[in-house]
Amino acid sequence: MNRHNGTSKAFIHLHVNGETKEVGVRNADTLLSTLREKLGLTGAKRSCENGDCGACTVLVNGEPSHSCLSLAVEVVNLPITTIEGLLDSPVREAFVDKWAIQCGFCTPGFIVNCHALLTNHPDANEEIVEEWLQSNICRCTGYQEIKEVIHSLLGSNNHSIKKTHPGLSK
Amino acid sequence: MANTSWYTVGKPEQRIDAVEKSTGKVRYIGDYSAPGLMHAKLVKSTQAHAKIISVDTTEAWKMPGVRAIITGEMFPYHIGPILADRPPLAFEKVRYYGEPVAIIVADHEYQAKRATEKVKVEYEPLPIVNSAQQAFQKNAPLVHENAAQYTKIISDVYPKASTNIGSHIKIRKGDFDVAWANSEETITATYSFNLSDHVAMETRSTRVEINPAGKVIVHSCSQSPFTIKKVLNQFFNIDVGNILVHIPMVGGAFGGKGTVQLEPLAYLASKAVGGKLVKLEFDREEDMTTAPCRIGFDATVQLGVTKEGKLVAGKYTYLIDSGAYTDQAAGITRAAALDCTGPYNIPNVWCDSYCMYTNHPFATSFRGYGHPELTFAVERTMDQLAEKLQIDPLQFRIINGIKPGDTTPTQAVLTANNIGDLEKCINRAKELIKWDEGQCIKSGKNKVRTKGISTFWKTSTTATNAQAGAIIIFEADGSVNLNCAAIELGQGTKTILGQILAEKLGMDMNKIHVTMEVNTQYDPHQWRTVASSTTFLAGRAVVFAADHAIAQLKKTAAVVLQCSPDDLEVGGGRVYIKPDPTFGVDIKDIALGYTYPSGHSIEGQIVGIGKHIQRHLTPMDQQTGFGKPGPWWSVGVQAVEIELDTRDFTYSILTGVTVLDGGTIINPMTATQQMRGGMYMGLSYATSEKFVFDEHGIVKNSNLREYPMLRYGEQPTEYLVDFIESPAIDGPFGARGIGEYGVIGAPACLANSLSIATGMELNKLPLTPESIWQRKVEGTI
Amino acid sequence: MISFDFKYFKPSSVAETIEAYNGVHEQGEKALFISGGTEFITFARTNKIYTDAIIDSKGIPECNVLEMRDDNLVIGAAVSLNKITNSNLFPFLGATVKQIADHTSRNKITIGGNINSELIYKESILPLLLVDAKVKLAKGNDERAVLLNSVFNRKLNLSSGELLLQIIIDSSNIDLPYISLKRTKFSKVGYPVVSVAAILKDNRLRVAFSGVCGYPFRSDKIENIVNDSTIPVVNRIDQVMDNLPSSIVDDLQGSREYRAFVLKNVLLDVMEEMEMGE
Ligand SMILES: Cc1cc2nc3c(=O)[nH]c(=O)nc-3n(C[C@H](O)[C@H](O)[C@H](O)COP(=O)(O)OP(=O)(O)OC[C@H]3O[C@@H](n4cnc5c(N)ncnc54)[C@H](O)[C@@H]3O)c2cc1C
Ligand code: FES
Ligand code: FES
Repeated sequence: MNRHNGTSKAFIHLHVNGETKEVGVRNADTLLSTLREKLGLTGAKRSCENGDCGACTVLVNGEPSHSCLSLAVEVVNLPITTIEGLLDSPVREAFVDKWAIQCGFCTPGFIVNCHALLTNHPDANEEIVEEWLQSNICRCTGYQEIKEVIHSLLGSNNHSIKKTHPGLSK
Repeated sequence: MANTSWYTVGKPEQRIDAVEKSTGKVRYIGDYSAPGLMHAKLVKSTQAHAKIISVDTTEAWKMPGVRAIITGEMFPYHIGPILADRPPLAFEKVRYYGEPVAIIVADHEYQAKRATEKVKVEYEPLPIVNSAQQAFQKNAPLVHENAAQYTKIISDVYPKASTNIGSHIKIRKGDFDVAWANSEETITATYSFNLSDHVAMETRSTRVEINPAGKVIVHSCSQSPFTIKKVLNQFFNIDVGNILVHIPMVGGAFGGKGTVQLEPLAYLASKAVGGKLVKLEFDREEDMTTAPCRIGFDATVQLGVTKEGKLVAGKYTYLIDSGAYTDQAAGITRAAALDCTGPYNIPNVWCDSYCMYTNHPFATSFRGYGHPELTFAVERTMDQLAEKLQIDPLQFRIINGIKPGDTTPTQAVLTANNIGDLEKCINRAKELIKWDEGQCIKSGKNKVRTKGISTFWKTSTTATNAQAGAIIIFEADGSVNLNCAAIELGQGTKTILGQILAEKLGMDMNKIHVTMEVNTQYDPHQWRTVASSTTFLAGRAVVFAADHAIAQLKKTAAVVLQCSPDDLEVGGGRVYIKPDPTFGVDIKDIALGYTYPSGHSIEGQIVGIGKHIQRHLTPMDQQTGFGKPGPWWSVGVQAVEIELDTRDFTYSILTGVTVLDGGTIINPMTATQQMRGGMYMGLSYATSEKFVFDEHGIVKNSNLREYPMLRYGEQPTEYLVDFIESPAIDGPFGARGIGEYGVIGAPACLANSLSIATGMELNKLPLTPESIWQRKVEGTI
Repeated sequence: MISFDFKYFKPSSVAETIEAYNGVHEQGEKALFISGGTEFITFARTNKIYTDAIIDSKGIPECNVLEMRDDNLVIGAAVSLNKITNSNLFPFLGATVKQIADHTSRNKITIGGNINSELIYKESILPLLLVDAKVKLAKGNDERAVLLNSVFNRKLNLSSGELLLQIIIDSSNIDLPYISLKRTKFSKVGYPVVSVAAILKDNRLRVAFSGVCGYPFRSDKIENIVNDSTIPVVNRIDQVMDNLPSSIVDDLQGSREYRAFVLKNVLLDVMEEMEMGE
């Protein structure tokens, strides 16, 4: 059996931002609370804990994922990237340049999702952009600036958005 | 229209918090954890109105990790910002679904939560007051048996015994009855909308500890650190000096974090565990129902007008659904009254604004402080009346637009200084929305495009002694630290204040270090970060602090340069002689005093202090409303163009226009951010948002799955924003407030455009396709 | 924050899954299968569900299959909705599941979880009902493949300990003309006011509904009506409204009467799009 866990707690290894971390969790702990409280990676935010807002978005296996909708024990062996692992992303810079940040609470989740969007669809049309970005709520900006971020990076052949991501473990 | 001689004011300086926020490294209140931190969770009422028969904590105490349980009778007192009517923990009875009933403190959050599930509360249901209208009826069940006995914290609140009226504010200007009788055309219209929520992305959270010396240390994501001190002092008998409040950057607030709810609960929790550090954080559902929300609103507007379209009489009856407690709804009741007419000059005004208790979650301030609501009622009525009179709705507004020399409903006199230029705003908005191309255009099969417009105004209703202070401290490298208690909620206030300081000192922004966090122990007192007042109050304090520092710089430099301080100018990191700027001294060489080669030193560190307090504001007269409630009125216009499917009533928002006269715009980009974001918020509210209550007063949609908001792609395809900058002489560089304004006219202009598109008067919010369809069905019956 | 504790098993074969399930059962405890886990996590946080153990089906190879096998498309129960859409193996299903939840959630939500959801919507089942899909179920040592229609009545009727392994679709159904229309309250992301899916097979329109009654359904009676070209379309739609299997849902997404209004419009669009006129 891949994982047999007859108790309610576990010691697991998570592959986060290119590092393998050992961490003790309750099976009931979400990936979000584990990242935040056990690993000190507080860039993913807790807002609805219900999959509705995207503030907690991280990449799991390169795909955007609401970390509040995963248990930590579900994602062992999978590469995880958080905002802390995307500091070199041009998306991050564009959020600053295009005034897409106000209170900043939704920002990490948006950046992570936008980064994945541009990685997967460097030439996305507005329909795809909308489909992806509807997963995140921003209560401050009114979305225009975020739209400008995406448009400034689309089709720009921006080589710094790499197909790979730093989530794979050493 | 920025004054070109300015150095940084009027320029889109980069926000000083953006880079850090983009990295996810900003520590918001909830991002802190430490070993030994205790966790508190609330037991909440499952009923909207019921007697508490018993609270049985036996099973909860048996749960692992539980260290303390606090119930209502342990602190059977009432608190509140305006009227002290709310027990922090319910005792004797509960008045809304989600009301805190008990606190459990445990080692881990999940343990605390698990224990809350074990508390057994026995209730005896009481009849529910489920709307403001119902609350207003004679013989309605009473939410508070003794409302008139509660302590008034602020004078302008008038609870009425044996009713559900938490406050009643009156405006009596001129003689409405006579003017109404003589009006050549009249209209009466009614409006209503439900309570809704702020939904700041960061939920409310706090941590409190009591150190062995008796100091109470509060960390919170509040807009009102000094009010937290006041409340803990007033109601918990702690010396003000012994309370220290720390506020990190805040993840959105919109007025919802202005009230003091969590902190006293966390204080009780900490006290119960010997002063240990206790965290109390709301999850989303609690943040929506247990924490205060946005008012509900019922309005009847009567306008009387001459044939030529000159308004002569206005009567406004506002019923504000404040939920179970008055909190800031009592203040909103007052604010809605004193600006009841919208930005129109009406000689005869009668307004009754009532703060109504119901068994709904209690309401507090929300960006706009009642103005989006009253503006909706006024602006819908203006459109309907324009139609009756067959006058172009814009022209009708221009004819009646308020101007210097006119008086407000409270008979405050307007001057070129304290009111913006409405007509200019209307004309600019008219251009931007391309009004002249037609207000209603058929755009396809079953498709029609229409435009709607709304004017708005608002004063900044602060306490009459509202104030702010600033301290600037020079560093050895000539850069400057700016400390003040303005809170960064996302509105960009710290950047603006930094810019004001940079302008005064003629210094680059990167030489200004603004402390992002607030600590009441070393930041000067500031009233609160609400009411669009910060640029004005704290901005003026910064100006004074800069002047104070400049005087010191000149004094030291005058000794060094052997001249009179009057000969000197400060700029570019130097103090220099006016006629010969090359002759001067670097600030870095005098920032910590000047030291001669001999080692002798003079003057010491440059430390500037500044403060500003509101001038000449007064409370309102109880019978007539007479008084001066605010320092200025910002005015503006919003417009939208929408496209409606006339078959199924779905629609999209094509263009959103905002034109604001907020005086000088310090930073056009942060101001634009505020306008777009505000308009988004107003449109999201108007299209989608409301709490749904069942017949038992229980909120059915207290999570984001079922409380819909506009998402990416559903905002207007473009936002057009412009500013008219009629300076306010007494504002910092001529600035008035702008923070709340973008939200105010949005619901009204949306409803106006949809009313034209559907050919029906749409007077309820939100305007979902369903509610439009409903209106249609009712209309055809 | 989920307050209760539970055991977690991630078996790597069907046999292990059954073993884990029986193990928990023998202790007198409750075990729950999950695949995406999104519904379990959100329900558990708000105490709408309790279990002593969860058994995560994502490690079972059969549940992760997504491919053509001979003349069949085989979709493992643990395949995410986005994978289904992106594979483009079955555009009709891809288009329908793309309307569920939001893009990020669809990376986690699985088809097996959606079909077995406790909610009334289960929108991914609509295309499956229309193409006579089969489902492969496992219980104890038995595996069986049965017609979905034979085990689906308002919900998928699994017996205790029975696991949905796969969904099997005959390739002849994959390229039929289809339409999938979902209407929400306002924002595109949201539970359906009405969700309707239809295909044209052998010149006959097949149509399935979610958000209309308290469960997703397909009805012979309704299909007979919509295909009766002797009657004007509007009248057919009126007849459909009279022949719904139970009363229309009335909830936060929309009132009963409004839903009826929307459903009529949607049916009109479906009929028009599929050229079902007289
Ligand atoms: C943000 C969001 C929006 C949503 N919007 C929609 C929507 O618009 N339309 C809609 O239809 N739904 C919607 N949903 C609900 C969604 O359908 C469920 O959350 C989802 O389907 C559950 O899928 P899962 O794979 O995560 O299921 P899980 O949580 O893994 O399981 C769900 C249920 O299925 C059972 N189950 C899972 N796998 C199996 C199996 N292999 N065999 C037997 N039983 C199994 C589980 O025991 C559980 O009872 C939304 C959910 C979210 C999070
Ligand atoms: S916190 Fe995870 S989606 Fe909102
Ligand atoms: S910037 Fe505040 S929620 Fe997006």
